[in-house]
Amino acid sequence: MSHGWFDEEAGPIVRPYAMTRGRTRGTVDHPLDLIALVTAETGDPDGAAGGVSDLTDRELAPEHAEIMRRCRRTTESVAELATGLDLPVGVVRVLISDLLDAGLVRVSRPVPASQLQDDSTLREVIDGLRAL
Amino acid sequence: MVSGPFERGRSRPADPTALKILVAGAFGVGKTTLVGAVSDIKTLQTEESLTEAGRPVDDIRAVSGKRSTTVAMDFGRITISDSVIVYLFGTPGQERFRFLWDELARGALGALILVDTRRLADSFSVVDFFETRGLPFAVAVNCFDGAIRYPPEQVRRALDLDEDVPVMLCDARERASARDALVAVVEHALHRSARQRSAVS
Repeated sequence: MSHGWFDEEAGPIVRPYAMTRGRTRGTVDHPLDLIALVTAETGDPDGAAGGVSDLTDRELAPEHAEIMRRCRRTTESVAELATGLDLPVGVVRVLISDLLDAGLVRVSRPVPASQLQDDSTLREVIDGLRAL
Repeated sequence: MVSGPFERGRSRPADPTALKILVAGAFGVGKTTLVGAVSDIKTLQTEESLTEAGRPVDDIRAVSGKRSTTVAMDFGRITISDSVIVYLFGTPGQERFRFLWDELARGALGALILVDTRRLADSFSVVDFFETRGLPFAVAVNCFDGAIRYPPEQVRRALDLDEDVPVMLCDARERASARDALVAVVEHALHRSARQRSAVS
C-alpha cells in the first residue's frame, strides 16, 4: 500500500521528551506521586491578569501553560494532568517539577492512607460513595 | 466557583486530601467496566523501560533503538467533597506489568480484587500480592452472563481468604453494585485501622 500517514495515524508530531528537552526527571528528589495534587500558586496579587503569559522565561513551553491553566481552574493530580495533556506520566512529572522550581505551583504530597490522623476521612469517603 | 479577585490574599483553603483505591484482578475480569461504572474513565500512559516490562514477551529485534514501552492504565476520579478526592486505578492485568503495582499500592487506601469464577486460579497471585503487602482488600465476584454463580463463602474457601475479608457478588456494569463493592473496601480498611489502634493501646 502506498498511502501516506495523515493526522493522528501519523503519530505525535513532537516526540514526547522533546518538550522536556530530553530530561527524564525533574529536580525534585522523589518522583511525584500519581495522586500528588497540583495547585496554582496565587501569591502574586497582580498575577490575576498575567499568569504565565507575562513570564518571559523562554524555558516555559506551551505544555507548562496548559498545566497552569488547568490547575487554576481546579486542583488536579499528576495522573489527571497527564491524561488531560495526553502525555506520558514521566513527561508531565518533569514539567510539573519545572513549575515547582519556578514557584508557580505547589504540590501536596499525598498522606498514605495508613497514616491518616483519625477515621473521619474514611467515614466521609464511605458516606460520599454511598451517595453516588 | 466562588473564588474571585476579592478572595485573593485571604487565608487559602487547605489542599484537599487525595486517596487511592486500586481495582485489581486478572486480565479481562471487568476492571475497566467497574471503574467506568462509578466515575469518568480516563486512560493514563506511563512509559516503562522494556528491560523490566517486556523482557519475556516483546520481540524488539526489529526496533533495536526502542528502550521503553507505553503501558496504559485506567483511572477515574470521584470527588467526595471539597476536601476529599478518591482516585481509582485499574491495575494492568498482565503478569508482566506486575512491577507497576508496587508504585500503585504505595500509600493506597485499599484494593478491590475482581474475580471471575470461570478462571479463579488467575486471581491467586493477585490475592497474594495484597496479602503480602498488608493492604486491606475486598473480593468482588463479577457475575458474567452465563457463568455459574457460586456462593461467596465457597469463593472465600477456594481463594483461601481470611475470615474478615469481605467477599461479595457484583455486576461491574451496574453503578450501585460497583459502588457497594468500593464501600466494602473502605469499611474493611476502617475496621482494620480501628482494630490496630485498639491493639496498640
